Amino acid sequence: MKRSRIPLYTTCLVLLFFYLPIAVLVINSFNASKFGGGWGGFSLRWYRELIDQREIWHALRNTLVIAFSATALSVVLGTSAAFALHRFTGRLQRLHYTLIYTPLVVPDILMGMSLLLFFVALSAQLSLLTIFLAHVTFCISYVAMVVLARLQDFDFSIVEAAQDLGANWWTAAWRVLLPMLAPGIGAGALLAFTLSIDDFVISFFVAGPGSTTLPIRIYSMIKHGSPPLINALSVLLLVITFVLVWFSQKLTEEKIK
Amino acid sequence: MAGFLEFDDITKAFGSLRAVDCVSLSIRKGEFFSLLGPSGCGKTTLLRMLAGFEQPDKGRVILDGQDITDIPPNRRKVNTIFQSYALFPHLNVRENIAFGLRVAKRPRKEVDAEVDRMLALIQMEEHAEKKPSLISGGQKQRVAIARALINKPRVLLLDEPLAALDLKLRQRMLIELDLIHDEVGITFLYVTHDQGEAMSLSDRIAVMNNGRIEQIGTPAEIYEMPRSSFVAAFIGDTNFFEGQVAELIDTEYSRLTIDGFPDVVCFNDRKMNTGNLVYVSIRPEKFRISREQPQGGGRVNQVRGVVEDVIYLGAQTKYWVRVQQYLIAVNQQHSRFLLDQKPITWKDEVWVSWFADDGFMLDRYSETDEQLIQLPPEEVGDDPGQEPQADEA
Repeated sequence: MKRSRIPLYTTCLVLLFFYLPIAVLVINSFNASKFGGGWGGFSLRWYRELIDQREIWHALRNTLVIAFSATALSVVLGTSAAFALHRFTGRLQRLHYTLIYTPLVVPDILMGMSLLLFFVALSAQLSLLTIFLAHVTFCISYVAMVVLARLQDFDFSIVEAAQDLGANWWTAAWRVLLPMLAPGIGAGALLAFTLSIDDFVISFFVAGPGSTTLPIRIYSMIKHGSPPLINALSVLLLVITFVLVWFSQKLTEEKIK
Repeated sequence: MAGFLEFDDITKAFGSLRAVDCVSLSIRKGEFFSLLGPSGCGKTTLLRMLAGFEQPDKGRVILDGQDITDIPPNRRKVNTIFQSYALFPHLNVRENIAFGLRVAKRPRKEVDAEVDRMLALIQMEEHAEKKPSLISGGQKQRVAIARALINKPRVLLLDEPLAALDLKLRQRMLIELDLIHDEVGITFLYVTHDQGEAMSLSDRIAVMNNGRIEQIGTPAEIYEMPRSSFVAAFIGDTNFFEGQVAELIDTEYSRLTIDGFPDVVCFNDRKMNTGNLVYVSIRPEKFRISREQPQGGGRVNQVRGVVEDVIYLGAQTKYWVRVQQYLIAVNQQHSRFLLDQKPITWKDEVWVSWFADDGFMLDRYSETDEQLIQLPPEEVGDDPGQEPQADEA
């Protein structure tokens, strides 16, 4: 029997819808023409110019510093929160859960505004530190939710087995609990990292002079009309993303083997 | 005399539920001891208190003269085999077995030698580098045993270790467990709800119900001389009859009246007095069933009834015989070629007889225990709703 071709066409259309804009972007990044309307010939000009854009590299550095530090702190705090949520039961735990969960659904613009008002009330100088704190606040929730999901189907008799075999609580946690939760914690960390890197709305509110992050930088470049440079930058980010995706898939494949 | 392992008046409650209620237990060195009971009877809680995962509300746990009640699990010389095996999924078989010695920071060479010895004991040398997810249930079981035994525990705790295996594998592991017990010679405390496992492995069994110990004894003692109706019904099958002591014939035997029965002679080891209401329990295989009236005698009881249900099982046949208000379960072993006789079948009028020594009298009795007794399957035989007319013998 001949199989229907409709699923194939649908799949192609969906993929086209996803990736056509990106393809246009990649092609345009090699376009010598400044206005992207027509093909002005192949060129690496925009990439060369990109290298000289010190402000971009500065913004990228800011973004990475914040992403790494915010991820590190939110993984520690988020994992602890997940443990606290899982381990203890009580009437306040439901409130605790709701409080941890809420930042996931609160609109970014509200988060950004309230954080800004909060920092102003404290008369804190807006800087990298304020962005870092803002990012930690919402990353904690994501990490906590991912780790909690992992904990909920975790068989704690394995930890008991470790203790039974002579390990004290810390040894059991270090040699058994942590390695087994590592995939969950890793997933939480990756999520936090990506969210931090491309956060625009919240960062926009709490960024101060000299603490521009990459998304904010890109936004202002569009405003000041240098799209070809952004194309080139986007392609670079794309390449990095694909490498990361490939890497994480490689990791999970090895887990399965 | 104090035993090797003592539970001294242990009580443990979870909320308002008394999981373990004033339990005292003494286990000898090298013994294969089983805690047997239905789920929720407190047997696992008792085991977890010995392992150190639960603290008793009251009472002490004493191992080899030392009070270990307040010692954390990692410093107790006991090891557990968990129902789910609880192997470490991120470590291979060798590393799983080595875990205890590694944590104890023993020298690497010594660890390797010990692990090799254990791998040989459980015959898993060729699987040493595999992760637990790649080995079968029976192999996981053996790894769990090796991982526990390598620490040379004073007592090995087994929490329903065979529950997750299929029947054939369970029978094989049963034999292997017995061999391992003989070989290592340490004390085993085995928790199970399966009377077959407990009976075939144990030196002694404690039958538990509702957080209390109903009876402690060898498998034969528990089967042949149950102290309570729960034990009688939980271990094997039995029939209960309500009666009254009518006369003490001599020091050993009494005459009983049971409603609808001719008077019955029963062994009276509990020294029940005339007039006492008792419950008589008789195992199905202790009965003889025949068409002709059997040879009577002072110590043989007989009643007449009608067969209501028959299940032929090859080696034996199960009959359910109606005698007045009682439906008596009878197991008949076929020691002779069955087809030469005319087999007993539905609606046959039969004689059911038993020796006075084969009944036992119980004074404590709970109606719920009757639910543990195996009843005949429904919808078998012609018109099960009809009351058969039992003639007075």
